Amino acid sequence: MSKGTLYDKVWNAHVVDKLPTGQYQLFIGLHLIHEVTSPQAFDMIAEKGLKVAYPNRTFATVDHIVPTKSQARPFQDSEAEQMMGAIEKNVKKFGVQFFNFESGNQGIVHIIGPEMGLTQPGMTIACGDSHTSTHGAFGTLAFGIGTTQVRDVLATQCLAMDALKVRQINVTGKLNPGVTAKDVTLYIIQKLGVKGGIGYAYEYGGEVFDAMSMEERMTVCNMAIEGGARIGYVNPDQTTFDYLKGRKYSPAVDKWDKAVAYWKSIASDKNAEYDDVVNFKGEDIEPIVTWGITPDQSVGVNDKLPEVATFSADEVKTVEMAYKHMELKPGQSIKGTPINVAFIGSCTNGRISDLREAAKVAKGRQVSKSVRAFVVPGSQQVKIQAEKEGLDKIFTEAGFEWREAGCSMCLAMNPDKLQGNEISASSSNRNFIGRQGSKTGRTMLMSPAMVAAAAVEGKVADIREVLK
Amino acid sequence: MSKINQIEGKAVPVEGNDIDTDRIIPARYLKEITFTNMGKYPFYDERFDAEGKPKGHPFDLPQFQGSHILFVNQNFGCGSSREHAPQSLMRWGIRAIIGESFAEIFAGNCTMLGIPTATVSQVEMQKLQAMVKANPEIKFTLDLDKKVLFTEGKEHLNFEIHESKRNALVNGTWDSTRLLLGNADKTAAVAQKLPYVAGF
Ligand code: SF4
Repeated sequence: MSKGTLYDKVWNAHVVDKLPTGQYQLFIGLHLIHEVTSPQAFDMIAEKGLKVAYPNRTFATVDHIVPTKSQARPFQDSEAEQMMGAIEKNVKKFGVQFFNFESGNQGIVHIIGPEMGLTQPGMTIACGDSHTSTHGAFGTLAFGIGTTQVRDVLATQCLAMDALKVRQINVTGKLNPGVTAKDVTLYIIQKLGVKGGIGYAYEYGGEVFDAMSMEERMTVCNMAIEGGARIGYVNPDQTTFDYLKGRKYSPAVDKWDKAVAYWKSIASDKNAEYDDVVNFKGEDIEPIVTWGITPDQSVGVNDKLPEVATFSADEVKTVEMAYKHMELKPGQSIKGTPINVAFIGSCTNGRISDLREAAKVAKGRQVSKSVRAFVVPGSQQVKIQAEKEGLDKIFTEAGFEWREAGCSMCLAMNPDKLQGNEISASSSNRNFIGRQGSKTGRTMLMSPAMVAAAAVEGKVADIREVLK
Repeated sequence: MSKINQIEGKAVPVEGNDIDTDRIIPARYLKEITFTNMGKYPFYDERFDAEGKPKGHPFDLPQFQGSHILFVNQNFGCGSSREHAPQSLMRWGIRAIIGESFAEIFAGNCTMLGIPTATVSQVEMQKLQAMVKANPEIKFTLDLDKKVLFTEGKEHLNFEIHESKRNALVNGTWDSTRLLLGNADKTAAVAQKLPYVAGF
């Protein structure tokens, strides 16, 4: 059992009681909600005659169904419009703060929380969305929940939870040029597998993480869930404090020192004990591209696709299905695979630093004629900042479409979808069959800079060669 | 709330590892603001072709209609946290799922709906799946008190289930809201002690 880790400290500070089931009742410090997984939960508490227990610890926005070409109402899709209506009605009825289009703070729920300083070290954070793990970048215990659990948090600000084990994942040394946080997280998933994290919280540490910006740490924690770990976190440090200073919901100046002292106190102790420790070398990581239908089916951009025989008997069926679906073959190079669509955005890589990296590639180049390419800022604030820096112009001049904030083609619950068997280079987090809106659509995950490189080349390319 | 001690019924096999919740229920059905219709959609894109004709998925085969138990393989329910996935299975008729392993959020969602997620070894699951394919009429009884799967007229099999999940089901406390509400005072006390709630 782990001891003295951030996980243990934050967990212990939030335990309300041990329940008769053997689970723990855990207080939730921040509850984030969005339009898709909340309407049924609000209905359930209304049916029971309950209120939202801690409305000032609950914040709502809209992201999944939002069209990104225009946010004008009413939406063309009547179901989406109805869903908008439901969240608008519920936040009013239950007194929940709502970051709608007019607020200037609308965006993907995992982007706006950190952006406004709502996400702070030492919190427990829940949201009806599996990528809630993103917020772990700040040294929080943040995890996705189902709708019935959303109901519990609304009604009680608590969840019934089982404790997790803690695995420390160290990435030592330095990253090679062209290698990004996205490649680090895809690498870890490739090595530990999509089931490797079941039952664990991942604590990410080592020089590579120490050197990362908050936005990069968010990219890694975002995909902890793709490795099976419900929680991924990084211990808070000066980078964390600098990021939070002066944000809308961050502690005020006169409370700042006390807050920082507390945040330091919840970091893992030097002699903390872990259930498991895994070490990787930063130097071993290359820009990574997925070739299959689960996020661990990936290779370095210069590698050949693996032979079926190299997989364990367990995996063979999924691997065969992946090759069939992706219309790819063992032994072929991933580099040079032609693409139809390039998507830059999502809660993994829709932040300002991601757009800056992609813009460096787009600048002075042209999107290949055969590619439909678009950039979707993760939030209204990201969009405003990008436009201030002129990134929108760089993208549109290169032939990318410049969109409004939302989840877009990460999951295609909105008009942004793959058509037929189109293949995309995507900066999002899931390459599942059908994820991007077409049953036969195909997805290759990679870093936003690599997506931009693929867009201009018309095929998967090595960012280091394109930028040469 | 009802105690769930035993689940009886025929079983339907859905084979394959890493079946994610996008495959269990495609995102477009998440646009409905109630769960009412979810029973129509489980595995939709794997069941029907572009014209809406059934492709022969086990959920459409006549011999598996009326099944209450679902047999699956590894890491079932990975991916998105959408509760629509277990809702769609439940509303189709599934009352219990037995597999080699489950993704955590999915298994937690199932428990909240009163659906046990029990695990057996790979060899045992392959046997079970082969058995129902050969003889779909076999009746099974999943006994949560004994942690045993009884196969009609055959030997029985021990399964594993997370102890807190089993407790919640057999004691009828799987709908957690009431349990949690009971501790409202303790909750307030914990909240007050948290520096960020108190405002530092
Ligand atoms: S961007 Fe994708 S993964 Fe992130 S919250 Fe939206 S749909 Fe989920």
